[in-house]
Amino acid sequence: MGLLSKKDTKLITDPLADNNPITIQVLGICSALAITAELKASIVMAISVFFVLGIGNVVISLLRNVIPSKIRIIVQLVVVAALVIIVDQVLKAFAYELSKTLSVFVGLIITNCIIMGRFEAFALGNGPWRSFLDGIGNAAGYGLILIIVGFFRELLGSGTLLGFPVLGNPIPGEQTGLYALGYENNGFMLLSPMALIVVGIIIWIQRSRNKDLIED
Amino acid sequence: MEKRTDKNSYTILFAVIMVVVVGALLAFTASSLKPNITENQRLEKQQNILYAMGINDNDESNAIFISTDKAPEAFKSNIKDQLVITIDSNGKIIKTQTRDEYVAETKQEPYLIDVKKEQANAKQGQPRKLPLFVGERDGKTYYVAPIYGKGLWDAIWGYVALDKDMVVQGAYFDHKGETPGLGANIKQRYFMDDFEGEHLLSESGVFKGITVAKGNADPKNTDKTDNAVDAIAGATITGDGVTAMIKSDLKLYKPYFDTLKNN
Repeated sequence: MGLLSKKDTKLITDPLADNNPITIQVLGICSALAITAELKASIVMAISVFFVLGIGNVVISLLRNVIPSKIRIIVQLVVVAALVIIVDQVLKAFAYELSKTLSVFVGLIITNCIIMGRFEAFALGNGPWRSFLDGIGNAAGYGLILIIVGFFRELLGSGTLLGFPVLGNPIPGEQTGLYALGYENNGFMLLSPMALIVVGIIIWIQRSRNKDLIED
Repeated sequence: MEKRTDKNSYTILFAVIMVVVVGALLAFTASSLKPNITENQRLEKQQNILYAMGINDNDESNAIFISTDKAPEAFKSNIKDQLVITIDSNGKIIKTQTRDEYVAETKQEPYLIDVKKEQANAKQGQPRKLPLFVGERDGKTYYVAPIYGKGLWDAIWGYVALDKDMVVQGAYFDHKGETPGLGANIKQRYFMDDFEGEHLLSESGVFKGITVAKGNADPKNTDKTDNAVDAIAGATITGDGVTAMIKSDLKLYKPYFDTLKNN
């Protein structure tokens, strides 16, 4: 890649696999459990975090030499909350429908530990460009896991993907597709504990493929 | 050596400046965008009411409102009157005003009445205003009533279109922050459409409401007089909230519908 040096490229690609925020850094688990019951919500959340983390990392990085270390967490919280609220207000005024889809995510983004985690671990000690790359890299890694979890939970829990029935019609008496053969949706997949188990399976697969990731 | 940014005076100064700057920025954004936001919310109320009485752009499975540029026109031509029924704390009707009478008195459109505020008034023993929108579509009369209640995380609300026998002709539900994929699905068509044709009254004419029921052995919802619709799996508390707001808010309209029968 001409645009990015090798080190910069690593900032983006690492969080997608061997330094994934959810499966390795264990950041952003709460939202990964809360909103992955359907694929669409996972995608919306992934995109929202992509923007907020990318911009937020740059802002914190620019301010890193003037932020008093004693109150740095509060400053980070104020920056992310202000960013998210401004975006929400602008959407409410000019893209009302979209803002309604996002409604519940706004609060979740502010409290999402992945955002504070990257501010604290990276943006406070690095320049704006590298912080931006780190932000979008981590958001992409986070979004990837969210989408994988959302995919399996919606498919196995509701038998749909993005709202489209892919396994047939489950209504008793007029079943088609898999349901006609006696298949049933697993309602448990829709509840948060199953998200944890899906994340656990991803962690298991990842660590058995790359033994270096296993902690003692 | 102590860094400049570690000093207490610097920290306090930084905090003060930050609060003032961010506060001003947020206040400025909020107040400059407010007219747009209020306008959007006003149009949305019109869209909600029209949706409940069947005026919408629904496709096969998704709930889609009539577009915002068509909504005011459709609202004008389809909503024949907006009644405001005032009841006392015993549920007795004090007076019934038409839209024109109400606007002359308060300078406010009845569809902008805040149901949440009215509920709070009623709790303090004050009279409660019940808006009821009388709509007409294809020669049929619809009575659309707003409802408001609590879900799992936050507020839920909706509009229910009834005929003169209090049989549901259509419903629209919305929520502030229910769980995506679970409680948030109350605004999906497969849930809202189930209410169509359901009776609010028992056969003997007593108000029973509609229960969002788990395992009611009628998932296809063929029995319209069982006062129940099929619940959403994993969204028990949101469903209970829908049941509760239908029971508590629509019940108040019963005396008015009784007067319709006597005429």
